[in-house]
Amino acid sequence: MKIAVCVKQVPDATVTKRIDPGTKRLDRSGEGALNPVDANAVEEALRIKEAQGEGEVVVVSLGPEKALDSLRKALAMGADRAVLVSDEGAAGSDLVATSYALAKALERESADLVLFGQQSSDSDGAVLWAAVAERLRRPMISQAAELTLDGDSVTGKRQTEFGYDVIRASLPAVVAVADSINEPRYPSLKGIMGAKKKPQDVSSLAEIGVEAERAGQPGSRTEVLALGDPPPRGDTRTIEDDGSGAEKIVEFLAEKRLL
Amino acid sequence: MSVLVFLEHHGDELQKGALGVLAKAVQLGAGDVSAVIIGSGVEGLAARAAEHGAATVYVADDPRLEAPLPQPRVDVLAQLVADKGIETVLFAQSILSADVAAALAARLEAGLNWQLVDLVAQDGSLIGKQSALGDSVLVDVGWTATPRLALFRAGAFDPAPASGAGAVEQLEVRLEEHSLAAEMLEQAHEESTGPSIEDADIIVAGGRGLGEPEKFALVEELAKALGGAVAATRAVVDAGWYPYAAQVGQTGKSVSPTLYVACGISGAIQHKVGMQSSKVIVAINKDANAPIFEFADLGVVGDLHQIVPKLTELVRARKS
Repeated sequence: MKIAVCVKQVPDATVTKRIDPGTKRLDRSGEGALNPVDANAVEEALRIKEAQGEGEVVVVSLGPEKALDSLRKALAMGADRAVLVSDEGAAGSDLVATSYALAKALERESADLVLFGQQSSDSDGAVLWAAVAERLRRPMISQAAELTLDGDSVTGKRQTEFGYDVIRASLPAVVAVADSINEPRYPSLKGIMGAKKKPQDVSSLAEIGVEAERAGQPGSRTEVLALGDPPPRGDTRTIEDDGSGAEKIVEFLAEKRLL
Repeated sequence: MSVLVFLEHHGDELQKGALGVLAKAVQLGAGDVSAVIIGSGVEGLAARAAEHGAATVYVADDPRLEAPLPQPRVDVLAQLVADKGIETVLFAQSILSADVAAALAARLEAGLNWQLVDLVAQDGSLIGKQSALGDSVLVDVGWTATPRLALFRAGAFDPAPASGAGAVEQLEVRLEEHSLAAEMLEQAHEESTGPSIEDADIIVAGGRGLGEPEKFALVEELAKALGGAVAATRAVVDAGWYPYAAQVGQTGKSVSPTLYVACGISGAIQHKVGMQSSKVIVAINKDANAPIFEFADLGVVGDLHQIVPKLTELVRARKS
């Protein structure tokens, strides 16, 4: 079975994220890291491959060339191959443009299963896989906290607002996994050394068949107009409990007419 | 300008968040407001949409739409938007609606803006207010073409009754082959005890700082005294201390009660996104450096095991 895992490089957790006022885009100049929940998707792919005793795990990403560092982490964990689509023309792509380019890259892989991490830590977005699944015209399961493969279908269990769902999709399918699905392994030293030798293809948009007008700003249907400060939350007050904390809370609630 | 609101339903109820978005659409006054309800045996819900201001309620009623799966809904919406020339489609955040909105964006090559907390009409166009980077930035976002798709954060708007003509129009349902390639095998609904946290005016929430699962009783007692519901952080739900139905945050529910009392909760961003739109936040935590104190209206640094029982007692005394 061939599994493609879509991953993304995001600003490292230690970097204070900021939006560049000039480009109005997220400043990605600092240290990057593999999007945390994408490591769960890689782990799940590796477990499926290991359970089946055969197969291939390909990590696919769209991003600047330095995103290769994050792809190498996936290779060090055990993925077989990395594909990075890197092109100046892709900068500023919104959901429509990003999903188009990613679907083009995935079409070339024609994997049986495409995995995503549930969401990216930099855009609070949890939307990409659904757009990609639609472009590939494949069924999808989102928020999977458990996955089982069964011949020509994949079954996912997920928690919902009301309880849980069990959804079965015929293969090929697209699945987004939640971080509760597994505990990603740490790359071993041998894995880290070996990762350097694994195939790492870097392609331009043209090479994967994406027309320039369908990428970046021209290919996008949304725009960032202005950046502003969030509305202030009013006064915040913090007090030390000196034994009268409960009374202070009651006074405060009474003042706000909440009692 | 024509605005369509996707009204998600659960059982016999339209989702509160979606009705809130409908109220926003009506309040915008930017043209015809219609709503769409997609499911099986859902015609009876149309009247509720009319009571919230929809001039037209489109209903797609088909047994194949029974399970809350996204792709069949995309088929219905794509056809509706094309047939009626709808310019804007609005969604309220949920697992289902986010998937539907994103897939519809790809199908229609339409721009989708998400994490929106507001929408304003300006010069015949629309501008979305997007909360980004852990709410440290408020971004004005726009669309460069129609149709425009917008996904609002849960609890962004309160439902408001408004009289709409509510003309019901049945839609013919045609589904794509790949939309039928996923099926719901099982759906379980956890029945939570007490009031549901989405509808509660007052919420008392517990986190790791409680120390052990039994201590949730402190939170429950306070909630009872205040007449509120009980919520929990992801950490304690994952640890099995409390059911998932009560989880507030990024991977749980988003709530916006009048009062949110956080007990032993650090206020990590994953929790914050689910409760920051609460009108008044009170936090009790022993760690003075906990991030929750940065956005709590009143923060008390101290031992919740001392403070919470006393608070419960005082609230009871005041109410009796």
